Amino acid sequence: MGWTRKDLLAMRDLDASEILLLVDTAASLQEIATREIKKVPALRGKTVVNLFYEASTRTRTSFEIAGKWLSADVVNFAASGSSTAKGESFVDTAKNIAAMSPDVVVVRHSSSGAAALLARELPCSIVNAGDGTHEHPTQALLDLLTIREKKGHVEGLHVAIVGDIAHSRVARSNIHGMRKLGMTVTVAGPPTLIPPFVQELGVKVSHRLDDAIRDVDVIMMLRLQHERMAAGLIPSLREYSRYWGLSLDRLARHARPDVLIMHPGPVNRGVELSPEVADGPYSVILDQVAKGVAVRMGVLLLLAGSKGGNGA
Amino acid sequence: MSSPARPFREKAQVLDEAALDRALTRIAHEILERNGGATELAFVGLRTRGVTLAHRLAAKIAKIDGATLPVGTLDITLYRDDLAMRGTPVIRGTDIPFSIKGKTVVLVDDVLFTGRTIRAALDAIIDLGRPTAIQLATLIDRGHRELPIRPDYVGKNLPTSRRESVSVRLREHDGEDRVVIEEPEEV
Repeated sequence: MGWTRKDLLAMRDLDASEILLLVDTAASLQEIATREIKKVPALRGKTVVNLFYEASTRTRTSFEIAGKWLSADVVNFAASGSSTAKGESFVDTAKNIAAMSPDVVVVRHSSSGAAALLARELPCSIVNAGDGTHEHPTQALLDLLTIREKKGHVEGLHVAIVGDIAHSRVARSNIHGMRKLGMTVTVAGPPTLIPPFVQELGVKVSHRLDDAIRDVDVIMMLRLQHERMAAGLIPSLREYSRYWGLSLDRLARHARPDVLIMHPGPVNRGVELSPEVADGPYSVILDQVAKGVAVRMGVLLLLAGSKGGNGA
Repeated sequence: MSSPARPFREKAQVLDEAALDRALTRIAHEILERNGGATELAFVGLRTRGVTLAHRLAAKIAKIDGATLPVGTLDITLYRDDLAMRGTPVIRGTDIPFSIKGKTVVLVDDVLFTGRTIRAALDAIIDLGRPTAIQLATLIDRGHRELPIRPDYVGKNLPTSRRESVSVRLREHDGEDRVVIEEPEEV
């Protein structure tokens, strides 16, 4: 099975063999992080542009490191301080960047569908690094790699995704990826933050945290964005934390002793995760970040370094 | 040099099981002779069959000399000069769980042909540290070099034409130990 896509836009587009190719490639590339000289020449002469219209620490940094370890030239674009501030439209900015012949553009934007729009408009490969409330495929891939390395396999595992499911591109990408690899997914959160008809994605729904975390192999906590409170979707942070915050006590009483705790970051300590859980023995949050670099190397390599991708 | 489904037919057998084993035994002795023993030696095999051959050479040296030499695995995909011409790159990973600094590294591959794989392997190894020396062992040298690279240890020199293919079959992968020349079916 080869890689034939120009772009990586959504987990929903991929079939199981493509997801496994990405995860396997990333797994093999992890070794580079342990080397004294962390650089291989695979993408020498290729240019990667990070086009970020939204704040990001982990994703942008890890795409940058991934590109550099593969010897690509990586250019970072931030919307502030650019012509966007002077009123240039998103597509115009992107077309101007494309005129400089990059091989891959990594895009993050607050509008769902922004990456797909660029994929249609630009000849280079597009990687979706998060578009609105739609998808964040590299996050799902690094989550799958983390789970597989910690548990030894993914098929048949049961994952609870907890929090603001309705606005989470991380949840959406993970649901698609996990279902395709034969995992069971339960989503849990207050009814205002669970999208209607979410069951159609093949997931179970729970409205009680204690029930949702019982007997699952993995608990994935999502970041609660403060603007959800302003929108009236939750009464207060304190109430959210009380019903939906994961504490050590709750884990001890309801979860399995070998459960993994994941979080895509940034963590609201004391809201969705207590600090003891975030830093505790169940937590694999920093493993997720480390795997993020390997996953992004794999994505860049398959898009820019293979004949089927843009690289020929 | 693996054999995926392709229209090739066997033209001649070059080494049988016994001859292949004798060639490896001789190479093991030559490695010890050239390096004055087994101290500071390490094997690095090129995926896939080079790794198997490296393990066999290490086993032979253990038998002759009593020394247990480390064996590493090198995947040179990320160092290929034709990466983007080969379809989807399949990365299976490098695994060299020992320091090569100050070691004499014996690089092992099954077939030496254009030399481009070895060029990539040299770069890959040097990126991992500074060995004292790198030597090259290959079971078959089939000629047609495109780079100034020569092997230090050869199982068999085998003049071939470019359209032929040399298939090294090893028990661990192919269920048999032998080397054959293949030619395109349509001829």
